[in-house]
Amino acid sequence: MSAVDIRTEEAPRHAPQPSYLQNGHTIKSWLLTGDHKRIAILYLISTGFFFFLGSIAAGAIRWQLTSPRGELMTLEVYNKMFSAHGVIMVFMFLVPTIPAVLGNFLVPIMIGARDLAFPRLNLASWYMYMVGGVLILVAMAMGGVDTGWTFYTPYSSIYSSSQVSLTLVGAFIVGFSSIFTGLNFIVTIHKMRAPGMTWDRLPLYIWSHYATSIIIILATPVVAITLLCVVLERAFRIGIFSPELGGDPVLFQHLFWFYSHPAVYIMVLPGMGIISELMSAFSRKPVFGYKFIAGSSLAIAAIGFLVWGHHMFVSSQSMYQGLVFSLLSFVVAVPSAIKVFNWTATMWKGSVRLQTPMIYALCFMGLFVVGGLTGLYLSTLATDVHLTATYFVVAHFHYVMVGGTILAYLGGLHFWWPKMTGRMYPDSWGKLSAIIIFVGFNLTFFPQFILGFLGMPRRYATYALAPQFQFYHILSTAGATVLGIGFLIPLFYLSWSLKHGPKAGKNPWGAKGLEWTVDSPPITTNFYETPIVDRPVYDYDPEEEERQFQIELDAEREMREKLAATRGGQD
Amino acid sequence: MATEAAHGHDQQWLVHHQYEDYEQQSESYIVGMWAFLVTEIMFFGALFLAYVLYRWQYQPEFYLIHKDLDWVMGGINTTVLLFSSLAVALAVRCAMLQDRKGVLGWLTVTQLCAAGFLVIKYFEWSHKYHKGVWLGEGFKWGEGVTKYAQDVSANTAQLFYSLYYCMTGLHGFHVVIGIIVIGILMRMWFKNNPLVTKDYVPTELVGLYWHFVDLVWIFLYPLFYLMPR
Amino acid sequence: MASDSTHLSHNHHVQPVGMYMKVFGALVVLMVATIAVAQVEALKEYSLLNNFIAMGIAVTKATLVVLFFMGVKFSSALTKIFVLLGFSWFFMLFFMFCDYFTRSWEPVPGWTGTSQETAMPRENRWSEGFDRLK
Ligand code: HEM
Ligand SMILES: [Cu+2]
Repeated sequence: MSAVDIRTEEAPRHAPQPSYLQNGHTIKSWLLTGDHKRIAILYLISTGFFFFLGSIAAGAIRWQLTSPRGELMTLEVYNKMFSAHGVIMVFMFLVPTIPAVLGNFLVPIMIGARDLAFPRLNLASWYMYMVGGVLILVAMAMGGVDTGWTFYTPYSSIYSSSQVSLTLVGAFIVGFSSIFTGLNFIVTIHKMRAPGMTWDRLPLYIWSHYATSIIIILATPVVAITLLCVVLERAFRIGIFSPELGGDPVLFQHLFWFYSHPAVYIMVLPGMGIISELMSAFSRKPVFGYKFIAGSSLAIAAIGFLVWGHHMFVSSQSMYQGLVFSLLSFVVAVPSAIKVFNWTATMWKGSVRLQTPMIYALCFMGLFVVGGLTGLYLSTLATDVHLTATYFVVAHFHYVMVGGTILAYLGGLHFWWPKMTGRMYPDSWGKLSAIIIFVGFNLTFFPQFILGFLGMPRRYATYALAPQFQFYHILSTAGATVLGIGFLIPLFYLSWSLKHGPKAGKNPWGAKGLEWTVDSPPITTNFYETPIVDRPVYDYDPEEEERQFQIELDAEREMREKLAATRGGQD
Repeated sequence: MATEAAHGHDQQWLVHHQYEDYEQQSESYIVGMWAFLVTEIMFFGALFLAYVLYRWQYQPEFYLIHKDLDWVMGGINTTVLLFSSLAVALAVRCAMLQDRKGVLGWLTVTQLCAAGFLVIKYFEWSHKYHKGVWLGEGFKWGEGVTKYAQDVSANTAQLFYSLYYCMTGLHGFHVVIGIIVIGILMRMWFKNNPLVTKDYVPTELVGLYWHFVDLVWIFLYPLFYLMPR
Repeated sequence: MASDSTHLSHNHHVQPVGMYMKVFGALVVLMVATIAVAQVEALKEYSLLNNFIAMGIAVTKATLVVLFFMGVKFSSALTKIFVLLGFSWFFMLFFMFCDYFTRSWEPVPGWTGTSQETAMPRENRWSEGFDRLK
């Protein structure tokens, strides 16, 4: 409703322009677009597709594990299944999804720019992603890989006879798609900010994307060349990781984790950015400790580079370096904790509205804390020797990657969906799905902590010698079913909302930020004229908001009482 | 716009729609190129790390093996690349002055140097290939190899050559890409394309890339061709 | 043309040709210097010193190229930061050497296992010299 008012107010100054969705309807206008919002939609669909594929593999894994002998697949197929799951989920979904979908869509709008700095590079990034993805799928169609997503040498370089090379080339190309995105964000955030958008007025979402992009451009090339070396090792028997020629296979692990630990922050930092936005928007309060949250993103980016060895405590790396890595891993948990405390403080005395995105954000908080704290168990040398390569690790990283990244992604998607599509979805369905996901998730992965602690190794297809594990495995599989249903529900009501959802207006949540001042969906150039930012970020007036909130609550209570009264009358 | 007019040169038509003005656009391009070069540094970085590790582990062997490389050839190549770097720097300078002839002339020099570099590399590699010092199962070590180098085990030699071929190969690949990109740039200058003649930034970007290629070689040369014992 | 170029030179820091020539001259001299150092018999025995000299010269050359040929000396602070970031982060990789340097410290005193021969032998090779070759 408010949208209409503003539109009429603006009408004399600007002839309305078609939204980015209406600006061209041909397939070509999508596939050759330079518009960051359209590229975001392309990414939304393609990452969604890969998420679906990865989930199917996950379902197969869980099904296999319901019985101790694992009757569904042969051991070989099982190896390929968990490798497919890991490769697809990590490289094709978790790493790109938030930056490439929500980041692409929002970074320019939030800083008041018309587009990213390099639109064609952005499109190229999507094509690289697709080419890499197709190669990975082709590799799977030709028999798949059985090395796990970690591709450890010398198994991957010498022994495995599966489609390692093709998969690695695919991952290599996808890596470049991610580099392109990161590069684009860095330049955009540095050079394209609207007048008045100073660094201390940047939304925390932008800060976290900035930190993420720095990690991307510094870490991804390292893994790219490493994977290439494995391909060359398979093709030409070069010896960099080959013990036969005096090379060191552990060097591969070093280089791999030099990327892949920072990569877990590539996955979770943008999610943390989303949570900062949600916490502030749904508590109607400025984020508590803005500077600390922004700084902790950069701290994570920096320290995150110095902890990779905690994945290698038992790999024959020197135990002295193990000590250092263990210590630094504890240090890196501090900035994450700073964020969690600050989010909690943001809600304190806020007018907390429990709408769908906020429910997701709260679920994130709970799950991320569990994930992060169990990370500390694993960074403790002595406990890790017991827990490494068990389901405890599996549970840990699913708590941070699913409970963290994916829930933040869903929260962000629900938050900005009205902006992206111009339509609202039914809030009650949204809440329902969030709660189903939360329950399903815990049911799936909490038992895995126990399993791991009891000694169930990861990546095993059977556990015939320990049938007592079956109880937990069945719990986990049941949870996975619930989780799967939880993920499917948004698919339905979000697609439904595209046609039938009520129109959203510019600012359906009453949130602050430049993205809520533009049309929903935005026009191709986002703004009719370059905005000038003259106020601080998260410019809420908590007292005014509180009054407003009271009025809303009173109205709601009155309504409910009236309803009850009429019902009573009918009885 | 007003300031642009005051400055007396109107480059607004060069500016893509997402930018406010020419300054913002050219700064973005240059920072973007540097960010890309940062990724390149890390890309080569992993190989340099592997090199340092194995050099440290196998210093005596590597010293003997490296005698099999011809430091004169490498030295010529270094000079050639340094000179090409000078040529590109001067081409960029001419681009700033909108001196089309100068740009085309210096870029031609660059291309000649790049081609010369590859030719010399080709001779080095093919010489090794004929001796059997090549990657793969058939790696031969012994006959035809410099006197002292023969004493080293074939496996370590193969490790050395893995690094050698990977690093100089990746570098050579960058040279090839450079030749292609400079070729495209030259064509644009040749056709008087205003995107390059009125705007020095594209030439500058290509120049930055080429200097980076030179930078890598500045390190590769002493590391591979001039080892101490 | 003339007014144009002065204007542009104001904007884009056109440097005199002489500067480029001087830098090139310095680069060639430095290259000859590395080669020369590598040929000096007396220095060959001191590999550590020799490495430092060779790498020092290479770093100097690289700095010259970055500052003058690539024009970083005349560019914006932001560009400078990126250059610094790129070249310094490269050294982050070498944190890995904490592993390789300290592997030879194991097994620790009181440890009753035998030291295994692993793919990467754990003793420090610096001290060993040529003995191992024969
Ligand atoms: C709070 C700080 C964190 C600490 C201290 C931490 C610590 C650890 C440790 C020590 C391991 C190795 C366990 C082992 O293999 O024995 C590990 C594994 C893992 N962590 Fe974390 N972690 C943290 C946060 C995260 C986050 C935020 C993510 C992702 C979003 C993540 C993703 C992973 C993954 C994917 C693995 C398993 C990799 C594999 O072996 O396949 N971690 N974590
Ligand atoms: Cu980690």
